[in-house]
Amino acid sequence: MLAEMTGIRLKEDNSIAPAPFYASVVDTALLAEKFAVIDDPVQYTRFEQLAICSLHDALSRSDVDPADPGTLFILSTTKGSIDLLEKEKENKFGQDRIHLWNAARLIQRFFTFRNEPLVISNACISGVQAILTGARLISAGLSDNVVINGTDIVSEFVLAGFNSFQSLSNGPCRPFDKSRDGLSLGEGSGTVVLSKTPFNSNRAGNIVVGEGFSSNDANHISGPSRTGEGLFIAINRLLKKSPVEVDYISAHGTGTPYNDEMESIAITRAGLQSVPVNSFKGYWGHTLGAAGIIETVMCLYSMHTGVLFGTKGYNEPGITHPINITGHSMKKDIKNCLKIASGFGGCNVALLLHKI
Amino acid sequence: MKKSCIISHYCQIRDHAVIGDDETLYERCGADLSDFFTGIYQHFDISYPKFYKMDNLCKLGFLSVELLLMDRNIQQRYAGHEVGIILMNASSSLDNDRHHQQTILDRSAYFPSPAVFVYTLPNIVIGEICIRHKFTGEGTFFVRERFDPLFLFNYVNQLFYQDVVQCCIAGWVETLGDYYDSTVYLIEKTGKPDAGITIFEPDTIKHIFAKEK
Repeated sequence: MLAEMTGIRLKEDNSIAPAPFYASVVDTALLAEKFAVIDDPVQYTRFEQLAICSLHDALSRSDVDPADPGTLFILSTTKGSIDLLEKEKENKFGQDRIHLWNAARLIQRFFTFRNEPLVISNACISGVQAILTGARLISAGLSDNVVINGTDIVSEFVLAGFNSFQSLSNGPCRPFDKSRDGLSLGEGSGTVVLSKTPFNSNRAGNIVVGEGFSSNDANHISGPSRTGEGLFIAINRLLKKSPVEVDYISAHGTGTPYNDEMESIAITRAGLQSVPVNSFKGYWGHTLGAAGIIETVMCLYSMHTGVLFGTKGYNEPGITHPINITGHSMKKDIKNCLKIASGFGGCNVALLLHKI
Repeated sequence: MKKSCIISHYCQIRDHAVIGDDETLYERCGADLSDFFTGIYQHFDISYPKFYKMDNLCKLGFLSVELLLMDRNIQQRYAGHEVGIILMNASSSLDNDRHHQQTILDRSAYFPSPAVFVYTLPNIVIGEICIRHKFTGEGTFFVRERFDPLFLFNYVNQLFYQDVVQCCIAGWVETLGDYYDSTVYLIEKTGKPDAGITIFEPDTIKHIFAKEK
């Protein structure tokens, strides 16, 4: 990322699209090799392999015990193992494997989580909403630790759908740029572990999940509000309850003309137009239900290291409200980070992260 | 001592019938799912043409909330951002996912459509309800193997106590193939609980869900 490289490539894969397409795809052989260290990859779907890899890594570096009655597992995904749908009845994993609750149950058993897992499927805000939900359950005293994994795969199902919307970019996506023409899909998995008490052994312990709100545009199911209404309401409620100085905004920044324009309007309406903003979508595309988790992990990295990443693909402002887009990486001390996301169904979310 | 919330109303659509607050509001045996949903729409004289574009999950959620809120003046009593919608089911949007999958199965007859694809997310039903009633508050869609009254209670309760919502529509909206089952609750804050009022607690949520017509 510091070298401003992107993982988005032109792919030719007739099994998932009739024509070449741009996407950021996890190397299948590399995934199998990594997964083989944990278990036999043949017994797991691509989605499950990605999720288990990320969770295995995160849990091995955390003090949290999945078997503890105070630990909850949350899975954030839009489509789970949707690639099984093509042969729903005769796929080798069985007909029920496609269910999101079943994916979460399988992961629960794999890591021996004691409690029944939660699945959050809230379009593109799923990941941030899952972190917000986890934080709320902890502050309400209902959980001590919440392990949150976000995963989605690139599939023909989703590619064909976004293609029919004409929302896919003709090259790697260019968030907030004048020439942006759509999003690039990506796949991936990310995990965050929230805990009531800070870990001594882990430097992540000095970040606190602050206020957060989600809000609906109540306007259109597939297009963002022209006035940024829902996102503005979410940010505004957050800042009213927690009036801090925001040092950095990690935007949704998909690279579609409407989304990026809407975010610029909402950020300006909230009075945050001078705050540095970036989008991570130019590096590994839009990972849907994983996006909010992976991007929050990158926010945590930026807060620890003081490296604010640039917006890959951005050259020239292409939005009507001039917000402060970070083009290239720079050093910045970040105490308060605002993570935002928006998605189909008119949903929006804003979440604050504090460094203590 | 924190004040209790109440279940001020509920609506249930299952087994060819619509139940609202213990009363059978509509019944139509023998109809298939599509005719049954259209029958409800027409019987209650609902005028909202977008209904016909919705997938079955959205139709079921839309109708359940429509009848839950009929004549309740929710829009007059609460600001849009004060009303939250928390829904859950087991099959996510699988019912409509199959529909979208049909459009891409055959490369020689490849016709994916945005009008179908947009419904391949379960939270779209929350979006449809928000558009209809101008609700701009909290919205989350959970997927669970079975309806879980304790989880619903815990999650919605903390939304009230953390002042995220002043009013909440919550419940179960499940449809897959010919199967449909919904129970939605209208949950509001109240002062001292009076006799005859249904307190919002795991047992009452469970009791209503387990009712048979």
